[in-house]
Amino acid sequence: MISLHAYRDQWFGNVRGDILAGLVVALALIPEAIAFSIIAGVDPKIGLYASFSIAVVVAIAGGRPGMISAATAATAVLMVTLVKEHGLQYLLAATVLAGLLQIVAGFLRLGYVMRFVSRSVMTGFVNALAILIFMAQLPELIGVPWLTYVMVAAGLAIIYLFPLLTKSVPSPLVCILILTVVAIYFGLDVRTVGDMGELPSTLPVFLIPEIPLNLETLSIILPYSAAVAAVGLLESLMTASIVDEFTDTTSDKNRECIGQGLANTATGFIGGMAGCAMIGQSIINVKSGGRGRLSCFCAGVFLLFMIVVLGDLVKQIPMAALVAIMIMVSIGTFSWSSIKNMKDHPRSSSVVMLATVVCVVLTHNLAIGVLVGVLLSGIFFSWKISQIFRVTSTLSEDGAHRTYLVEGQIFFASADAFSAAFDFREALKKVTIDIGRSHIWDISSVAALDMVVLKFRREGAEVDIVGLNEASETIVDKLAIHDKPGALERLLGH
Amino acid sequence: MSRIIALVDGSVYSRSVCDHAAWIASRTGSGVELLHVLRRNHAAAGPNNLSGNIALGARTALLTELSERDAQAARISQEFGRVILEQGHEQLTAAGIADVTTRLRIGDIVEEVAAFEADADIVVIGKRGDAADFAKLELGSNLERIARTCRKPVFVAARAFTPVDRFLIAFDGGASSRKAVDHVAASPLFAGLACSLLAVGPDTPAVRGPLDAARATLEAAGYDVDAEIVQGPPDLLIAAAVETQNIGLLVMGAYGHSRIRNLIIGSTTAEMIRLCKIPVVLFR
Repeated sequence: MISLHAYRDQWFGNVRGDILAGLVVALALIPEAIAFSIIAGVDPKIGLYASFSIAVVVAIAGGRPGMISAATAATAVLMVTLVKEHGLQYLLAATVLAGLLQIVAGFLRLGYVMRFVSRSVMTGFVNALAILIFMAQLPELIGVPWLTYVMVAAGLAIIYLFPLLTKSVPSPLVCILILTVVAIYFGLDVRTVGDMGELPSTLPVFLIPEIPLNLETLSIILPYSAAVAAVGLLESLMTASIVDEFTDTTSDKNRECIGQGLANTATGFIGGMAGCAMIGQSIINVKSGGRGRLSCFCAGVFLLFMIVVLGDLVKQIPMAALVAIMIMVSIGTFSWSSIKNMKDHPRSSSVVMLATVVCVVLTHNLAIGVLVGVLLSGIFFSWKISQIFRVTSTLSEDGAHRTYLVEGQIFFASADAFSAAFDFREALKKVTIDIGRSHIWDISSVAALDMVVLKFRREGAEVDIVGLNEASETIVDKLAIHDKPGALERLLGH
Repeated sequence: MSRIIALVDGSVYSRSVCDHAAWIASRTGSGVELLHVLRRNHAAAGPNNLSGNIALGARTALLTELSERDAQAARISQEFGRVILEQGHEQLTAAGIADVTTRLRIGDIVEEVAAFEADADIVVIGKRGDAADFAKLELGSNLERIARTCRKPVFVAARAFTPVDRFLIAFDGGASSRKAVDHVAASPLFAGLACSLLAVGPDTPAVRGPLDAARATLEAAGYDVDAEIVQGPPDLLIAAAVETQNIGLLVMGAYGHSRIRNLIIGSTTAEMIRLCKIPVVLFR
């Protein structure tokens, strides 16, 4: 637990910067929340309510001040089929359950699992996320009148060029304003946000998802909830470490898990969809001067305020403006240096990164991509380590006693190489295997060592193992069978 | 080897903190560790960019920009911190203290004191620091936080050091003031000084008993004790006693009787530090 003083400082240590940044972030959140609702296939109000409540709850309960959480693309893409097949109420229930799972993860201190997610997997994650965000814009870009392309291009031009003029006004906001005014003034026939579904007109109210409370419901929502919980925590913890880097401070990862869980649980009960921390928005927040909890809190409150008050205007925003902003977010999220780095980085890291991206793009599920990435990194790692291993030998002068010196790591990946390193055809009286400079890690290596000893014995040699170090000794004591009668049969029976 | 931690921050009080530390060190023969804590500049103010867009490579660009800004600010404050410590070092050496070390840390002052207080006998801090408002005679917020959390006695330095002949123990019979008495009896810091023992309250056995016990402890340790019970508002009475008896140092518990108040330092305590123009030693 942090002290009251530190907590107060996290809220009010940077009031002016936080409020200003909160405002900028709120303006940027509105188009995103609407866009992500559309990705998930629900009314924009679901994403907007979610963004409000997640931002506010995480600001209070989260572990990383200065990070922005709201409805996100990463979680939205996971819920598409759930909404399509079962409807909104199941989405709300899944959101609540995902939140509960995250709280449990927080209490179980699962934040430490993050250490198995390597840098390459993280890069793959953000790249895949960027691609998903971009792909979600495609329906608005394919088979539409040419006017849309003009508007999107104009929107992008405003977003990227306006900051050259002044940096004191958010350029995405300028893009929205100009495109909306142009569309209304010329009476352009383009799709608007109002066409995409209902916008909030009131403050959110507490409601319990209308679903039958039985095992069947659970079996429907649990897979979605588990994926949402996992992806949400992954992106949140990743964003937290990015903000850690930016601000040169540390964050409480387990507290962040609990905060995210509480936020999603609360959000499900006020009719919002699940979300998590947002990399792009957190970058915008820090860039705009936001550092404390107040910035995320303000972002949520301003967002709801603007939507409820300005709902009629928001309805008229042309979709082209949103698409332009989302393309900006997608470009900003993508790690372009990772493409450049592919030349210099070890090939295995590039493979891990690419595999993560490909799996996500194919399955639309970031959790699967990350899992594949983590497994691949593990395999590559053990493959590399298995090469740190050498067997050398010396023959005594009379040619009857050979001493093998084993160095390095012996485990499942190097066990075969270990067995192959001995010459059983050589007729010896005595064999000494010195494993003092090696580590025996698992039962595969124990079985391999057993096998070697037994084989030498069958050829008539007397075998001596020396230098079992502490680590090896414990595992050999537990598992080895070469010194028991009938040993070979049992070993072969494996 | 026992040590004194002296907290310096470059304000007017730094000089007197060093003077007081030198006085304590010369009496107890302990070494002095000068500690300056740089505040982490986590809200590095700079030209705000409210453009709200994230362009290509935004993450790397932002990280570079922020690190450079922080690096500059950190270099300047580090240099400033070293100058403060050097000045303190010179001052103490000039006062004849041989064993002086300095330590420059980054972070929160309370956490840093907590990290190093285990090796220390006493922590010396000024009544108010760089950030506090002198005009209002407010106490520094760091002082309050350290008085609340520090496990060692906290010596609160007055604005200027004056030699001490007589000290006064404000005794309320509570755990922290009993601890203060025990510490005084055992410590070479107070040896040879005249001692006044003052309790505020009705002259009943409940007050008289602990006071007599405290007096006995002190007399056994060789102090010439002048014990007294007075009735009225504690802060004013103690301040008056300090004034009339020409007291040079006030010793008291950081907390009063009230258990609820144990979270904050006692209101009388805070008032005493504010009112009296002399150093105060706090015990918890």
